[in-house]
Amino acid sequence: MTAIQTRPPARPEARNRIWDAGPLTKAVLAFALVLSAFPIYYMFIMATRTNEEAIDVPPPMLPGGHLGENIERLLATEDAYFLTGLVNSAVVAVTVTLSVVLISTLAGFAFAKLRFRGSKILLGLILVTMMVPLQQMGVVPLYELMVNLGWTGQLKAVILPFLVNGFGVFMMTQYATQAVPDELVEAARVDGASTMRIYANVILPALRPGMAVLALLVFMQTWNEFMWPLIVLNPDNPVVQTSIAALNQAHGTDYVMLFTGTAASVLPLFVVFVAFGRQIVGGLMEGAVKA
Amino acid sequence: MTLHVDTPAPAPARPGAGRPSGHRGPGRGGGLARFDLRATPYFLVSPYFLLFAVFGVFPLGYTLWVSLHDWELAGDKSFAGLDNYIDLITDGAFWNAVVNTLGMFVISTVPQLVLALVLANALNKRIRGRLFFRLGVLLPLITSVVAVAVVFTQLYGRDYGMINWFLGLFGVDAINWQNEKWSSWIAISTMIDWRWTGYNAIILLAAMQTIPKDLYEAAAIDGATARRQFWQITIPMLRPTIVFTVFISTIGGLTLFTEPVMFDGNPTMAGGTDGQYQTVAMFIVKEAFRDFDFGYAAAAAWLLFALILIGTLINYSFTRRIGGSK
Repeated sequence: MTAIQTRPPARPEARNRIWDAGPLTKAVLAFALVLSAFPIYYMFIMATRTNEEAIDVPPPMLPGGHLGENIERLLATEDAYFLTGLVNSAVVAVTVTLSVVLISTLAGFAFAKLRFRGSKILLGLILVTMMVPLQQMGVVPLYELMVNLGWTGQLKAVILPFLVNGFGVFMMTQYATQAVPDELVEAARVDGASTMRIYANVILPALRPGMAVLALLVFMQTWNEFMWPLIVLNPDNPVVQTSIAALNQAHGTDYVMLFTGTAASVLPLFVVFVAFGRQIVGGLMEGAVKA
Repeated sequence: MTLHVDTPAPAPARPGAGRPSGHRGPGRGGGLARFDLRATPYFLVSPYFLLFAVFGVFPLGYTLWVSLHDWELAGDKSFAGLDNYIDLITDGAFWNAVVNTLGMFVISTVPQLVLALVLANALNKRIRGRLFFRLGVLLPLITSVVAVAVVFTQLYGRDYGMINWFLGLFGVDAINWQNEKWSSWIAISTMIDWRWTGYNAIILLAAMQTIPKDLYEAAAIDGATARRQFWQITIPMLRPTIVFTVFISTIGGLTLFTEPVMFDGNPTMAGGTDGQYQTVAMFIVKEAFRDFDFGYAAAAAWLLFALILIGTLINYSFTRRIGGSK
C-alpha cells in the first residue's frame, strides 16, 4: 500500500485492499495449519505402527498396518484398565454436561430476564469466583469430604465438584439477554404463564443454540479432567486420562500402545468437533465479544 | 454464531392450563402469582449457589482453616498458627516450584499472545476457506491435555524424538530435554502454546470483527499503511480482549499441572530429577497426597492464590498501557 496518496482513491478500492489476504497472510495461515495438525497426525500415524518403526530415522510419515494389533494389546493391558476408563469418562462427562447446562439455563434465565433483589450482586459474585483456581485451592478439603463420605474411588466423587460451572451461568445469562426479547417474556406473563412455564416454553427453545455450544465446551472440559480424578480415583477404576497416565508410567517405552491409547482418548472429541466445529467456533466468538 | 432468533411463538396459555387461579390481564393478580414473581427467581439460581457453596466456598474456607494446623488425614490435627506459612517461605523446594511456574508462565504466555495476534490478524483477512482455517487453528484445543503431553514428550525424546532429529539436521547435538531447567521449560511451554494459541486467536478475531470498518477506511484515505492501521487502530481497540486473554492465561499458567506431570512419566509430582519443572500445583498435590502433610499443602494453596492475585494485578496494570490508551 502506498504510504501517501494525494487524493482519495476510488472508494471500493480503499475499502478492499487491506482486507484481502496477501501472500504473507496465506503463508502464515498455511504454516499455522500445518503446525496445528502435525502432532495430531503424528499421533494417529504412530497408532498404526510398530515400536521398531516408531524409532526409525527419519520417522515414518504414513500410516502402517498395525492398528488392530495395537488396539488388541491396549485392551489386554491389565494395569491400565483402558476400556473402564473410556466408559467412566463417558459417564462423568455426560452427567456433568447435563447438570451444568440445566443449572446454567435456570440461573441464566433468572439473571437475564427476571428482576429480583440482589441479582446484580449474585451475578458479580459468580464472575469474581471464576477468577479463583478452585481446583487447586480446594483439593485438600474436597478429598477429606470424599473420604468422610466414603466416596473415594467412586465416580460420584469425580462428578460432584463439577456439577456447577460459573462460566456456564455467565454464558447463559449473556445468551438469554440477547436471544430472548423482553416482550416475549412479558407477553407470556400477561397470558398468565407462570415463571417455570415461561422457562420451559419460551426460554429453553430460544436458548437451544447457546445450550449446544455450552454442552460441547463442558463435555470437552470434563473429558479432559486429569488432576482431581488422579487424586480421588483408584488405579483400577480410572477415567480415560488417568488411564493413559498409568499406561505411560508402566509402559513408557511402548510408544505405539501409548499413542493408540491417546488416539482413542481424543477420538470422541474429534467426532464432536467434526460434527459441531462450526458451532464451537461461532460460540467461542460469540462469548468472546461480550466478555 | 449468527444470532438470528427463531422467535418461538409465545406459548399461548390455554385457558385454565397450568394456572388454576386463571386470572387474566396485566394486573399483578392473586397471591400465588405474586409469590411466583418474588420467589421463583431465587429458586432458579439456588441450584448453582447451593452446589457452589458446598464444592467451592466451603473448600476455600476450609483450606484456610487446615492451613493453620498440623493436619494429617486420619491422625493429628493440632493448631499451628502461621507455622506452615513460615515454613513455606523458607522452603527452597516451594520457591523452586514458584520460580518454575512463573518461568514457564512467562515463556509460554508472551509468544503465545503475540502469535495469537498475528494469527487473528491473518484470519481476519478475506481468504477462501475462512471457516476451514478457523477450525484448523482450533484443532489443538480439541485434543486432550494428556494426549498433547504424551505426543510432545515423545517428540522431545532424547534418542528417537523428532525434534532432536530435526535439530540434528542443522548440526545440533541431541538435547536431553527433561534434564535442564531451560530445556524442560521450553518443552512444556511449547505444549501449552500449541494447545492455546489458536483459541486465543479466535477470541481476538471475534473482537477484531467488531471494530467498525469505517475507522480503517478513514485511515486509508488519510494514507495510513496497513501496518500503521494495525498498531493505531486494531491494537488499541482490542485492549479489553487482550486483557481478557491475559487473565485467562495467567490463571491457566499459574495452575499448570497436567503437562509437567505427564512430561515426567512418573506421577510422583517431583517434576524431574531435581524438580527442574515441578510447578506449585504439583507441589501442593505432592505435599498432600504423597507426603500426607495436608496443613502444609493447604498453606501452599493459599500462597498460590496470593500469587495469582498478584500476577493478575501486575498483568492488569501492564495491559492497561497496551496501545497507549492515554
